[in-house]
Amino acid sequence: MSAAHHSKPDRRHPDGPHPDKWIKVLPEGLYVEPGGFYIDPVRPVERAVVTHGHSDHARPGNRHVLATPGTLAIMRQRMGEGVGGSLQALDYGETLRIGDVALRLVPAGHVLGSAQVVLEHAGSRVVVSGDYKRRLDRTCAPFEPVPCDVFVTEATFGLPVFRHPPDLGEVGKLLHSMALFPERSHVVGVYALGKCQRLITLLRAVGYDRPIWLHGALEPLCRLYSSLGVELGELRPATVAAKEDLKGALVLAPPAAVADRWARRLADPVVAVASGWMRVRQRARQRGVELPLVISDHADWDELCQTLEDVAAPEVWVTHGREEALVHYATGRGIRARALALIGFEDEDSEGMPEKAGEGEAS
Amino acid sequence: MNRFAALIDALVFMPSRNGKIRLLVEHFATTPDPDRGWALAALTGALTFREAKPAAIRELAATRVDPELLALSYDYVGDLAETVALIWPERPEYSVGRANSLPPSLDEVVEALRAAKRGQVLGQVEGWLDTLDSSGRFALLKLITGALRIGVSARLAKTALAEWGRIARPEVSVDDVEEVWHGLSAPYAELFAWLEGQAERPATGSGAGFRPMMLSHPLEEEDRAGLDPAAYAAEWKWDGIRVQLAARGGERRLYSRTGDDVSGAFPDIVDHMSFDAVLDGELLVARDGVVAPFNDLQQRLNRKTVTAQMLRDGPAWVRLYDILFDGDEDLRGLSFVERRARLERWFEAVRPRRMDLSPLVPFDRWDELVALRDGARENGIEGLMLKRRDSAYLAGRPKGPWFKWKRGALTLDTVMMYAQRGHGKRSSYYSDYTFGVWRGEELVPVGKAYSGFTDAELIELDRWVRNHTTRRYGPVREVEAGLVLEVAFDSVHPSTRHKSGLAMRFPRIHRIRWDKPAHEADRLETLAAMVAG
Repeated sequence: MSAAHHSKPDRRHPDGPHPDKWIKVLPEGLYVEPGGFYIDPVRPVERAVVTHGHSDHARPGNRHVLATPGTLAIMRQRMGEGVGGSLQALDYGETLRIGDVALRLVPAGHVLGSAQVVLEHAGSRVVVSGDYKRRLDRTCAPFEPVPCDVFVTEATFGLPVFRHPPDLGEVGKLLHSMALFPERSHVVGVYALGKCQRLITLLRAVGYDRPIWLHGALEPLCRLYSSLGVELGELRPATVAAKEDLKGALVLAPPAAVADRWARRLADPVVAVASGWMRVRQRARQRGVELPLVISDHADWDELCQTLEDVAAPEVWVTHGREEALVHYATGRGIRARALALIGFEDEDSEGMPEKAGEGEAS
Repeated sequence: MNRFAALIDALVFMPSRNGKIRLLVEHFATTPDPDRGWALAALTGALTFREAKPAAIRELAATRVDPELLALSYDYVGDLAETVALIWPERPEYSVGRANSLPPSLDEVVEALRAAKRGQVLGQVEGWLDTLDSSGRFALLKLITGALRIGVSARLAKTALAEWGRIARPEVSVDDVEEVWHGLSAPYAELFAWLEGQAERPATGSGAGFRPMMLSHPLEEEDRAGLDPAAYAAEWKWDGIRVQLAARGGERRLYSRTGDDVSGAFPDIVDHMSFDAVLDGELLVARDGVVAPFNDLQQRLNRKTVTAQMLRDGPAWVRLYDILFDGDEDLRGLSFVERRARLERWFEAVRPRRMDLSPLVPFDRWDELVALRDGARENGIEGLMLKRRDSAYLAGRPKGPWFKWKRGALTLDTVMMYAQRGHGKRSSYYSDYTFGVWRGEELVPVGKAYSGFTDAELIELDRWVRNHTTRRYGPVREVEAGLVLEVAFDSVHPSTRHKSGLAMRFPRIHRIRWDKPAHEADRLETLAAMVAG
């Protein structure tokens, strides 16, 4: 990295208003005033733009919803009737004019359908990242960096202790444990949307071709992913399976279920959780996890820093996560940076191991 | 170092005791000398390096990472070794040219640290950190800062050694390992060779090593009916911790019941062990000859060192029960009565400071003892010990010669306030309960218990907790004030650490009072009146 930011010309039109004049943090969420819409609102609003289908970003009850076709399919699947009034699909890369704003959705690489929101108004370009990651994921389109004047970034893993190791090494740890304890079932806590399907594709990619058993809460989205062309191989329902069948089997379940009543049906299970939080030993241990797998759908520290470099924005707003460290880092690189206090996104404790399936899937 | 790191990682995450033993057995079986010996020494606290203090490690990390980011990360992770292990820059652009070298073996690390002079250590540590992965860095930093704390006691390690040793030597017991162990020093090549069947049992005897202690069984009512009172001697069971005082050939050691060396925490005892003998006694805190509540002793346990203030506020005392060695003479084969006579004679001659004899309690009939036992509510008495007069001092817990006979427990009707998930097999159950009693209109917590109920009752308790949760704090649930737990405990003492000002000793669930309304549970005043004194 160089100190290139110091000399970068400001892309913003010198006469136009600064983006903090037209993008506001309101109790409902991030409001884009000249377009009259919110991005990932936490309460029902008139017009919502939704970055992806996780339940802390996509909430029911909005009158108009704009999102990618993939995200809309996920929202319909999860919310049924409550999804909202009218749903409008916008493909990646297409530009739509809303009021005085030109809007474009660009892949974020987080989960199927996930998008960054690119906003242009009065000569400035602002990119709202939503949640994102930078590494290969066979279940969704890869992140595309978009140069901009203001980059609104997530910072879930915004501390340099968070460095996700290579995914295949973590999958290797799981397969090694299964070889070491062939008589025990291995139950892996995964979020229903994204992590579940990604872990399955990783396992298939290294040649694991036995059936994979699913907790009931994971089945609908796996069916949806399959119908959208993501190959998952043979999946079987674990909830109705005989205990005997699950000996030595690989079972996926929501994180809250792996050490709870549901898991009592398994024979002496090895409890694993696939999440970026598993990087910190004491945290994993407090959760009663025996086999922590550091597999995340969020950018790790190095990816966050790399992304700031790639989008080359002279100004960065940091939202949900450990904002302070990333703001410090960006400031040291000559980037104007501040934390953006958005409410309603999962904090560290609920994210690590939500109590109910479907909550806090964002890690 | 990689094997050691893998072992540490696996132990950190292994919830069950048996699982930990399995991991250790596998390590001993597959790791060559001397690395397995160093690992054993590190796990049991027999390997300490003083040259690399946590502050120095933090400074070292700050030369490679932005100090502000380091501080924020440390705040989040909460453990310095883990923070530095995770944050240490691995990317090639940060490398200082050592990245081509191989990671060191555990033996290399240990030998280098032992040979290193003050000031050289950090340079070496920096080089190792550059060649290790994050697990290796974690293990290295835990090793050199002497803070492994991964739930492996010396006893557990020895149990694993014995289990592994039985593959080649089926006759080996944990006590054999215990006895041999203390005569040797790390990396214990002779110990491994013996357990593998490659060499004779190493000689033991001289030195201040730990001798396995003789333990007792609880006395059940049905046992007592068959016992002849004339065959047994009785003495008070003091409410401290059992210790062994070993002073041989100029060396002095104070051991816990399980063979952990606690000398460092009790210089006020060790300083007065200017004799040549091995003794068995109870470690207490006593002021002017009066035994203080167990709580006062607790302030001094689990510490490596001790401050002048702690020595002043909680002076230690040993009440002697038995004598194992008088000089070179091994007395363990003598009967209790003979050993007792030797102990009294020895004490008369030596008169060690900060120690006295535990008196025998004369009796003719069991009912006399029952009255004595139940009448003893003073501080420091937990009950009675019964020792067969002809019993030799045997290692372990033989059934018959020694019984402990605790006085009846106190009980209190409390209300469940919080429940927390258990560990291991119980991790899907809310099995740890915080309970309270009434103070005016509010409940104040007075203790926590996780035993005393059956598996069937646990299922019911778990269901009750789930159906009556009012709030959640991570793994803890707050529950409605709706379930009365009758709690049994040995005694209650004033405590500044608890909001209620009282602390129970050995609380356990005695009965679940499904029938009793919560408002009929006991009040704090009732518990306060039970304070021993």
